Amino acid sequence: MAIIVDHLNYIYGQDTEQAVHALQDINLQIPDGQFIGIIGHTGSGKSTLMQHLNGLLKATSGTIYYNGQDIYDEDYKLKDLRSHVGLVFQYPEHQLFEADVFSDVCFGPKNLGLSKKDAELRAFEALRKVGFPEELFYTSPFDLSGGQKRRVAIAGVLAMKPDVLILDEPTAGLDPKGREDILGMVKSLQRESGMTILLVSHSMDDVAEYVDRILVMDHGRIAFDDIPRNVFSHVEELEEMHLAAPQVTYILRDLEKAGIDVDENATTVEEAASTILQAFGIK
Amino acid sequence: MIRDITIGQYYQTDSVLHRLDPRVKLLGTLLYLVSLFCFHNPAGYAVALLFLILCIRLSHVPFGYMIKGMKGIMMILMITILFNLFLTSGTVLVSFWKITITVEGLKLAITMALRLCMLIIGASLMTLTTTPNHLTDGLEKGLRFLKVIKMPVHEIAMMMAIALRFIPILLEETDKIMKAQLARGADFESGGLVRRAKAMVPLLVPLFVSAFRRANDLAMAMEARCYRGGDGRTKMKPLIYAGRDYAAYLILLAYLVISIFLGRWSVMTELLTSL
Repeated sequence: MAIIVDHLNYIYGQDTEQAVHALQDINLQIPDGQFIGIIGHTGSGKSTLMQHLNGLLKATSGTIYYNGQDIYDEDYKLKDLRSHVGLVFQYPEHQLFEADVFSDVCFGPKNLGLSKKDAELRAFEALRKVGFPEELFYTSPFDLSGGQKRRVAIAGVLAMKPDVLILDEPTAGLDPKGREDILGMVKSLQRESGMTILLVSHSMDDVAEYVDRILVMDHGRIAFDDIPRNVFSHVEELEEMHLAAPQVTYILRDLEKAGIDVDENATTVEEAASTILQAFGIK
Repeated sequence: MIRDITIGQYYQTDSVLHRLDPRVKLLGTLLYLVSLFCFHNPAGYAVALLFLILCIRLSHVPFGYMIKGMKGIMMILMITILFNLFLTSGTVLVSFWKITITVEGLKLAITMALRLCMLIIGASLMTLTTTPNHLTDGLEKGLRFLKVIKMPVHEIAMMMAIALRFIPILLEETDKIMKAQLARGADFESGGLVRRAKAMVPLLVPLFVSAFRRANDLAMAMEARCYRGGDGRTKMKPLIYAGRDYAAYLILLAYLVISIFLGRWSVMTELLTSL
């Protein structure tokens, strides 16, 4: 068990008139190596929960255990936790600051106290892993495209070699191609390194194809916590939370209503294609 | 963390004070602050305090909320009190070890503390009841006469409005950037002065980049809407004095007359007898 979240509550602006109960009684187990999608409408508490997992926010009540240790213990070093649980924020502009890409990626490992040489090795490795082109290593991070900036931001956290990687809406503001590139890169990262990955998004289509498990957040609570096909079967409830099932789910439902015998629970485009072909007797 | 500062912030509610023309509040605050320095005896302070309490009641802003904003100036207040208490010479009240407290010192410390508190609460009452936009509107219209001596009043007011508008945005952004760098193992708290100053670089660079980007976007948006400075520009909600504003001016005048008359009683009587 890598991460256990136990009765976690968080209240923004406690003791003021505008207090918001952002997280309500969250209980969660995140085993090693899982790829989890966290879905929720804006303000559902998904980002808040993620910031608890690496100790940036401290819960109002409840605890989090990382590898069996209570992270709110007084002698627990949050800086260590942050090197194990890497969090990449939504906007790469918030973390890029160095004159060139390579030294920016070195920032994380240097903070871990590594020597210059080791830090550079890790930065090189991380940039390779995210598929960043080598000829751009020494350009200014501010001159890059949105997708490339995002890669550098992810590399900046990967260079710290975390065991758990949290990505907060890594595809926001990217075009469909850029989105697919980033998600595919994340998936291969997970496959190769066996890292635990938590991917925050508000789009089901983004995560449906890649993740093992989906957490649906709504008004500070976990509404669903299941494998994708089970979550998508609750189409009506999802829509009430201003979310939607993946597009293929809708198509398959309509087909079934029209009397065509398809497997309604297919979650990815490939699965949907094969069940539709089967229904029409084409192999 | 940085959001706890309430001084200078607007408190959203509905009250007579909120609806008052900002020019009245600006002039009123200025006169009130000046009046605090005119008093020679407790009667003046009593009137000023009464007037302030009345205004606070009228404003519907919870008193606790105001006091919370005062925490930041506690340090200054303490230093003022201590210095006046221990370093004023006069008739000795108590004396122990190397410390002597004089009657004059005690009086001075109390008046200074009172004056400082009323000064700050009085000033923050204005910002609490006036939106930044209203405030700059009031400044622009109230200081229009300075145009005669070629003061760019509109431009200054516009700059103020923009600056005020961006304070909460930049605060929020600072918070986000700080978190992003903390997640990469940055350390803003330990180490000596030089190390801490160096640790600010990963915070300041993205902040400046984003501030410039925002400034650029704003300039573009203003230009796209044909902003060309203040000449001939009309307002959607022009400031026009209403009955309550004239009433407020009268109350202000009454306050000034009474408080200064009472607060400078000795001076007044002297003046009268000399006549």
